[in-house]
Amino acid sequence: MSDRGNRLGRLLSWDAAVVLVTVLVLIVASGAVENFGTSRNFTFLLLDLLPIALVALPMTFIIVTGEIDLSVASTLGLTSAVMGSLWNAGLPIETIIPLCIALGAVLGALNGFFVTVLKLPSLAVTIGTLALYRGLAFVVLGDSAVADFPRVYTSWVTGTIGDGPIPNVLIPLIVAALIFGVVLHATPIGRGVFAAGAGEQAARFAGIRTGRLKFWLYVVSGAVAGLAGVLWTLRYSSARADNGFGLELAVVAAVLLGGVSIFGGKGTLPGVLAGVVLLATLQNALRLQDVSNEALNIVTGVLLIVSVLLPNIVTSARTAVRRRRQLATPER
Amino acid sequence: MTVTKEAAVTSQPTVHSGRSWTANVLKARESGIVLALIVLVAFTATQNSRFLSGQSIRDILLGTAILAVLAVGQAIVMITRNIDLSVGSVLGLSAFAVGTLMKDHPGLPVIAAVLVGLVFGAVCGLVNGALVRFGQVPALVVTLGTLYAYRGVSYFWAGGQQINADKLPASFLDFGTASVLGLPWLVLIALLVLVVAGIVLRSYRAGRELYAMGSSPQAAQLAGIRVGRNTSAAFLVSGALAGLAGVLFAARFGTVDAAAGTGYELNVVAAAVVGGVAVFGGSGSVWGAGLGALLLTVIGSALAVLDINQFWQQAIVGALILLAIGADRLVAVRVAKALKKRDSHV
Repeated sequence: MSDRGNRLGRLLSWDAAVVLVTVLVLIVASGAVENFGTSRNFTFLLLDLLPIALVALPMTFIIVTGEIDLSVASTLGLTSAVMGSLWNAGLPIETIIPLCIALGAVLGALNGFFVTVLKLPSLAVTIGTLALYRGLAFVVLGDSAVADFPRVYTSWVTGTIGDGPIPNVLIPLIVAALIFGVVLHATPIGRGVFAAGAGEQAARFAGIRTGRLKFWLYVVSGAVAGLAGVLWTLRYSSARADNGFGLELAVVAAVLLGGVSIFGGKGTLPGVLAGVVLLATLQNALRLQDVSNEALNIVTGVLLIVSVLLPNIVTSARTAVRRRRQLATPER
Repeated sequence: MTVTKEAAVTSQPTVHSGRSWTANVLKARESGIVLALIVLVAFTATQNSRFLSGQSIRDILLGTAILAVLAVGQAIVMITRNIDLSVGSVLGLSAFAVGTLMKDHPGLPVIAAVLVGLVFGAVCGLVNGALVRFGQVPALVVTLGTLYAYRGVSYFWAGGQQINADKLPASFLDFGTASVLGLPWLVLIALLVLVVAGIVLRSYRAGRELYAMGSSPQAAQLAGIRVGRNTSAAFLVSGALAGLAGVLFAARFGTVDAAAGTGYELNVVAAAVVGGVAVFGGSGSVWGAGLGALLLTVIGSALAVLDINQFWQQAIVGALILLAIGADRLVAVRVAKALKKRDSHV
């Protein structure tokens, strides 16, 4: 495989390009957008980025294996709704939080069961569970909201380290990112993930249990979405059935923007994190310009399409250049 | 009940004796839906006689009409092994555009509104088709992007304002409720769309090519089918029909804001897969999709009449999607086994 170094170079250059664009956006926004450069806004930016970044970690694994999970936002919403109704029922918050994460894992396991045991296409399955879980969230909580969560927890989630600009929740996010990054890029599990994405059959012949692997990836994806639901609820002090609506778009956009191939088998976790930062920065700068959340979705949607198209355009351009070179070099 | 008695339209199977198989499967699927409908209607009617009142049936038919028009477009796209998640947003954009037009120019004939809706939808569909065709990327990702982008355009344009029925001309609102020969206009239009799409898919080369593409894109390409062009055409039709559905939506409800049709794509995909349109492409019929639309609408009305929490509707839609693709998978496995068995005796 002489392609390998080449591919690595290409990926690195994609990552580098994303980082470069992010830095550019930061510089331009700091100069042009009022209040963008304040430390308070920096805190908000990181807080907004947290759920996208969290859910993007397992999503990276899933998309690298060539599958997808569109139900993450609905899992977040259902977890939030259940959290609210359990709190209404008088359970202690220390019991509710692990229960909610476990619920997320169960919802993920259901996706995994349909995809790996019944061998149904993950796209159709997770569109189905997207509707099912969001519907159940409304069944659980209706369109009311639960808001009186313990101050200790809500203020920790929205608080910062030592009154600086860095939110408390950034610490667990960094730890999680490190764990996911190491597993993906430096362990047999990660190699199995790439192998499954590059060629399911070959991976199976090489002794990788792709079914089992994917099943657990969905479980983790669900559990992380559940955790994101808990953090979301505490951050806004509001458990609602429609929490996190549309988040799957931002997550998939960030992952693809980070250079993960939608066809599977290619991608890096640092790239994805850069994609998340770029997306969150753009959204934050536009929000400060009074662009509504709904109108923001134009930008996110277009970014998603561009990031899925670009690799193909780049590849075909490279091929064209190479062919022209071959034609140009006289035979010796 | 206006359940169409059209014979199931099946895809031309690659193995000629597989024909009876696919035909049986489809018939089974459609009779299954009809059976579910009968049970549901009978049960609901015994619980509450209001369910079979004229008004209730009219509401069901009008709701089905809008969903069926969308489901036909979705079926056409899904047969080619693609998916169009942007239909709910296209409906919203078209409804808002048509509502704005009729509000500002109350003298315009209804046909102008229909044409404007069709054009808006067609442009959106054209963009989807071009991205899928020339980008060589999965339709799922492209239409997930355009789902939010088109919706964003609606919000950007509407800026929070709402079009109310009292601002719309009476002729346009009548179009949403009036009947001809005992059938509401909306239902007639939906039937027309169904019949035309059904005939084209069954008996015309263009329709057969779509099935071939869905069964095996590579084989279709090798057989000289212009896969790219057909893909674009399928998305164009799906977009145009979503635009038409937007006109019907605006005429029926009279109240349109930027959120019109939010989440509709789930109902549309559910109607298609419940009606036996396979997610893997290559099989299904628009009649099935129409039946699926009817079933989903009846479920929604039944929930309301039975005083069950309306919030169950979306959960049921999700469960139905899972059930339908699970059933398709089961059938596919069985068919494969049966073919294997038969071939081993040769």
